[in-house]
Amino acid sequence: MTLRLDNVTLTYPDGDSRLVAMSSVSFDVSAGELVAVTGPSGSGKSSLLAVAGLLLTPDSGRVLIGGLDAGPLPRKDQAILRREQLGFVFQQSNLLASLTAYEQLQAAAHLAGTNGAATDQRARELLALMGLESAKARRPAQLSGGQRQRVGIARALMNNPSVLLVDEPTSALDAERGHLIVELLARVTHEQGVAAIMVTHDAVHLGLADRVSEMHDGVLTEPSPVLVG
Amino acid sequence: MFIALRDLRFARGRFGLMATVIALISLLVVLLSGLTTGLSDQSVSAIASLPVDHIAFAAPAAGEKMSFTTSRVTGSQSESVAGQKGVQAAAPLGIAPAQLSAHGKEIAVAAFGADPGSFLSPTGLRDGTVVLSRELATHEKLTVGDKVAVGGDTLTIAALADHASFNHMPVAWIARSAWRKLDAAGGAEGTVIAMRTNGSADLTALDLANHTLTTDRQGALAGIGSYTAENGSLTLMRILLLAVSALVVGAFFTVWTIQRTPDLAVLKAMGASTGYLVKDALVQALTVLMIGGGVGTLLAAGLGWVAAQTVPFVVSPATTLIPLLALLAVGMVGAASSLRRIATVDPLTALGAAR
Repeated sequence: MTLRLDNVTLTYPDGDSRLVAMSSVSFDVSAGELVAVTGPSGSGKSSLLAVAGLLLTPDSGRVLIGGLDAGPLPRKDQAILRREQLGFVFQQSNLLASLTAYEQLQAAAHLAGTNGAATDQRARELLALMGLESAKARRPAQLSGGQRQRVGIARALMNNPSVLLVDEPTSALDAERGHLIVELLARVTHEQGVAAIMVTHDAVHLGLADRVSEMHDGVLTEPSPVLVG
Repeated sequence: MFIALRDLRFARGRFGLMATVIALISLLVVLLSGLTTGLSDQSVSAIASLPVDHIAFAAPAAGEKMSFTTSRVTGSQSESVAGQKGVQAAAPLGIAPAQLSAHGKEIAVAAFGADPGSFLSPTGLRDGTVVLSRELATHEKLTVGDKVAVGGDTLTIAALADHASFNHMPVAWIARSAWRKLDAAGGAEGTVIAMRTNGSADLTALDLANHTLTTDRQGALAGIGSYTAENGSLTLMRILLLAVSALVVGAFFTVWTIQRTPDLAVLKAMGASTGYLVKDALVQALTVLMIGGGVGTLLAAGLGWVAAQTVPFVVSPATTLIPLLALLAVGMVGAASSLRRIATVDPLTALGAAR
């Protein structure tokens, strides 16, 4: 498995007690697989994404990325894992306002310490894959919501991550554009061979995922194959 | 640097405004530095260029400070000092304001009285002659051989010496016999005793034995009242300007860092280290400081060069590059104060649910 959460429990302080955000969650995603995690607000699905993305340290349990137990690693090494093995697609795309679409991808490569012709080639390929060749010189303010999200996906893929963590990718888009984005995510997940988790509350697009899990009060149901019918 | 430089390009209005503020501050700092050095030069260059290493003042009264204005020394004091162990040479030096008349014009000068032939005496000085600062002679169209009046004596210009000023007046070297006749000299043998020592002189014992207060040449500059006051106030202004620039730069980059906190959180979530982001921010600050400071310094140097034709102003590396470097240093300190925020940005806030 490319990503595995093994019996992970996460709690937050809540006055004198602690609020359980994740309760003994075990979860895995294979390369080339898109798993959707759904559930109501406050169910713990964003916490799951944060733990999988090494942004939160669980109270107990293990987070394995490519077989490596990432939990005990120092913050510095976790940051290296984030830039080399993980790709984030954020809810609002979260692009940097000062950079063009092409530079957003270059920045991701720069963080990982790579540059040169291969990086340039990779950025151009990804922008082409996203249908953004003509928009590569535009800044976020000059892009539509769908284009911004596609740039965000390309940026997340720039450093050839093994895991893609997708946070509510359709929340800022209308239904049609949202559907296209999830379609694109499913396609690049399969084509690029990444293990993708997509947190969403939008049930309309769940049919595009390979499996769907649901969270309720910090408890994750077993991922189930999507029934297409 | 990748993001820093693109941020500069993108937000050029904000950074341009900041660079303009830095340029104006640097303009003021460099202009003040040139003026301070120019005024200082007019106050002390005659003393600073004396061929001596120590100067003895008449011991000031209790509660008073040494001063070229009030100090009066006697011939016997000078002879006694000259005989002290470690003193290679000592001679009385008279300093007094005087009027120099030339071509029907009265010019305020600092009359320096020395014994012709002594180690203090400028080349060419004899009884009945005067040695003028070359700058003064050029300005007043005087040359060697011309007659001028100093005090009541008519003297012949024997030679021209390098530029020297005392208390904002050009120096006219005259024989001490003529100097003593000046009204401001009050008949004294001299104002101070100029000395050359070999380093082994016991100055404390020398002062006790001769009722003097001896200091090195640099320390003697404090005896020029106007110099201390001028230099002190102008230096204070420069320090305050540098402090203001540190605060302005610090405030700007603090606000800038707060504004881009969401971007910083995203970059951290993507794996950027705090060190990477700090380096990026420092490059940004240094770029703004260098552009603003460079423009301001160049402008000030140009204005100063023009101003130097009419006012005491010195354009040199010490009055331009050093203030610029000081501005860059304090500006970076100011910018660095904003960096703590970068370290505390939580990458978790990049996720939607946390915002």
